[in-house]
Amino acid sequence: MATAVTDAIGPEASPATAGGNYLTCDRSVRSWVFTLDHKRVGIMFLVTVVICLGLGALFALLIRTELTTPGPTIMTETTAKLAAALSLGDTRMTPQQMYNRAFTLHGAIMIFLFVLPAIPSALGNFVLPLQLGAKDVAFPRLNLFSYHLFVIGTLFFVVTLLMGGIDTGWTFYAPYSVETRTAVTTAVAGAFLLGFGSIFTGLNFLVTTHTLRRQGMTWFKMPLFVWSLYATAVIQLLATPVLAITLLLLAVERVFGVGIFDPALGGDPVLFQHFFWFYSHPAVYIMILPAMGIVSEVISIHSRKHIFGYRFIAYSSVAIALLGFLVWGHHMVVSGQSPLAGMIFSLLTFSVAIPSAIKVFNWLATMYKGSIALTTPMCYSLIFIFLFGLGGLTGLFLGALATDVHVHDTAFVVAHFHYQMAGGVLMAFLSGLHHWWPKMTGRMYNDKLGRYTALWILIGFNLTYFPQFILGSHGMPRRYFDYTKLLDHIPHLTLYQVISTIGGYMFVSGLVMVAVYLIASLRHGRPAPANPWGGASMEWQTSSPPPPHNFDTPPQVGDPYDFSNLVYDEELQGYVRAR
Amino acid sequence: MTAVDLSHDHGGEGHAPWLAHHFDTPQQQYASAKLGTWVFLLTEVLFFGGLFCAYAVYRHNHPEVFFDGHHFLSTPLGATNTVVLLFSSLTMAWGVRCAQLDQQRGLVTCLCLTLTAAAVFLGIKYIEYSQKWSHHMVPGQARIMAALGIESEHATDHVPGQPAPRGFRPYKEHLMEVLRHSDQERGVVIVSEKAYEAQLEKRIQNLGVFFGIYFSLTGLHAIHVICGMIAIGWLLRRALAGHFSSAYFNAVDCVGLYWHLVDLIWIYLFPLLYLIH
Repeated sequence: MATAVTDAIGPEASPATAGGNYLTCDRSVRSWVFTLDHKRVGIMFLVTVVICLGLGALFALLIRTELTTPGPTIMTETTAKLAAALSLGDTRMTPQQMYNRAFTLHGAIMIFLFVLPAIPSALGNFVLPLQLGAKDVAFPRLNLFSYHLFVIGTLFFVVTLLMGGIDTGWTFYAPYSVETRTAVTTAVAGAFLLGFGSIFTGLNFLVTTHTLRRQGMTWFKMPLFVWSLYATAVIQLLATPVLAITLLLLAVERVFGVGIFDPALGGDPVLFQHFFWFYSHPAVYIMILPAMGIVSEVISIHSRKHIFGYRFIAYSSVAIALLGFLVWGHHMVVSGQSPLAGMIFSLLTFSVAIPSAIKVFNWLATMYKGSIALTTPMCYSLIFIFLFGLGGLTGLFLGALATDVHVHDTAFVVAHFHYQMAGGVLMAFLSGLHHWWPKMTGRMYNDKLGRYTALWILIGFNLTYFPQFILGSHGMPRRYFDYTKLLDHIPHLTLYQVISTIGGYMFVSGLVMVAVYLIASLRHGRPAPANPWGGASMEWQTSSPPPPHNFDTPPQVGDPYDFSNLVYDEELQGYVRAR
Repeated sequence: MTAVDLSHDHGGEGHAPWLAHHFDTPQQQYASAKLGTWVFLLTEVLFFGGLFCAYAVYRHNHPEVFFDGHHFLSTPLGATNTVVLLFSSLTMAWGVRCAQLDQQRGLVTCLCLTLTAAAVFLGIKYIEYSQKWSHHMVPGQARIMAALGIESEHATDHVPGQPAPRGFRPYKEHLMEVLRHSDQERGVVIVSEKAYEAQLEKRIQNLGVFFGIYFSLTGLHAIHVICGMIAIGWLLRRALAGHFSSAYFNAVDCVGLYWHLVDLIWIYLFPLLYLIH
């Protein structure tokens, strides 16, 4: 095993290419596809998840466009016939079925192929070993395998799409998922493989954090991003296997008719919901915890001030990870769960708000009297705090039993979830992407353009989702294709839907803009200094982009938030350590 | 690695060929491998845990299905398999010890014995599976009914109007006979023979659910046995090449841990499926 590892990285370390960085040391396709370098695996993840984000956004726009008018808008008999003709599995499709498929594919693609892997697998893979001062993750080959599993899982989703999609919603609730004739089995198989990729990533990060910290780096000298990835890894390891077995049982049930979830055969469909949410509630913390880690990094560095309450933030990540396992029942308040269970789950749900609020207040305290630089990453982190705050507070409405019964399955839930996932995770992802982009690519992007785009995205986002809070509280159900009959009951219904659609297009166009100027920076951006923002953690002590083995000179371990001896060098346009 | 690189990464010291480039010391590599394996085993426990949980819920709701079903599993074959797997765990543990003590021949022998025991386990499993299959004790209510020629509104594979293939009826009689015998032993009083026959037929249909759970649990376990055999085969190849020594036996240790877990899961599966009373 070890010999092979040495062989594989041999050419990269040879004197002929010693001057190259991890991007240029070997340019062959094979050296990318079979790389054992965590940085390259991270970049490959990044490219793949961004493509998936584009696909998910496309379905989002289809949904939003359809909802612009009360009746059928773009999903008509004609387009449904066309979609059926294009798919390999279906011969008939109604506009309603087409809409069901659109929101299912939007949800499944965004959750499984973007939000879950985006921060840990793409940014985490790149940054974690660098922040620990390690040469790689503990199991580089397993890391590559995670990526290959991810690609195969994604291909299963593509096949699902070609077969006409699925119409169960991203939650695959039984018994409908057992009965429907859409391509549930391939989608479930894809999610199963993605789950294993996620387990292996979590395993790698957990072991790396335990065993590969540079000498002198104690647990409380680790950057908070590492803490959050560690807490994430714990969830990935403890929750994902349960999803895997649930999906496997669902597939077995579809193929063999076993009957564990099918009430017609004596099975229990609520058991499926318990299993599913036992994973999928902790899974939202797989999504949000690394996002919080990025914000902790960015807020401190771009405010030039030591993070406030380091230990509280670190412990609150672990607390969220553990509490997150005890609240799954709040998804099942109206699924025939006992009122007592409902009350206990509601109480536990409120308890998650405490560590989340601890983080928010610590970020605010960090910025207080800091020297805030409104760079693009900082803008996105500030947007994160604002949107996450709104999403978190509306989460309390949903955690309370009485209001939850009222707004259950309405657009209010959709708005809350998107404030957390798109307003939280996606904004933190963008923040982290802009923060580490110079390190990853060795290029600076157009910061001014970045800030304006962030503002555009902020406006677009709120136009999209804020109206949905209002609509939901008035009783607009989620997943409705045609709301003609609700027009008399909900005031200004069409107006809000139109605003939401306009916002959606603004939001997506902003994302396209980000992609455009970031890609343009690869060609036209000025070369990035080693430390453009003045970070004190170890990834800023190596060159941008880093050499294949991460550090040419051993990095110094210290307080990752002590910026006192970093000074700005006009010539380098970056920060250097004062002598 | 080049000399330049070594001076950077390892302070000028040469290092053993089995030490991966990103580890500083053998201890670090060993600790990583060990921790990684234990964490992986934890995920495996949770994976099977979900299945056991589903088993518990279904059995709690329908205990009679499990009671009827266990008559059709062969306890002697299951018990033999338990012994075979326990033996393989012993030889695996012995193999790890041999690696730690630099006993190359002992290691190879132990790995061969473990592989053989695993093959015997799968062989016995094959006999059990093929008996079930030929007696139409297949997973799924619809399938078992179709196979036995029982009409039902749930049967999806059964083509209505087409008679069940010849030779299938006797198995139905056989299944009914076993259940009738079991009831007689328990002293169940039969009031109306006609109603009892109808009840027996219903119970036979439900056997499909039991066999579904049986095949899911043991099938998933068998997949793990096959994965274990592949891993042990890989160890054997490396042991023959002389890769392992008292200084480096990480892989043997880790595969050993995995193999014990596979054994442990079977120790739970055996009573849960075969020894129902």
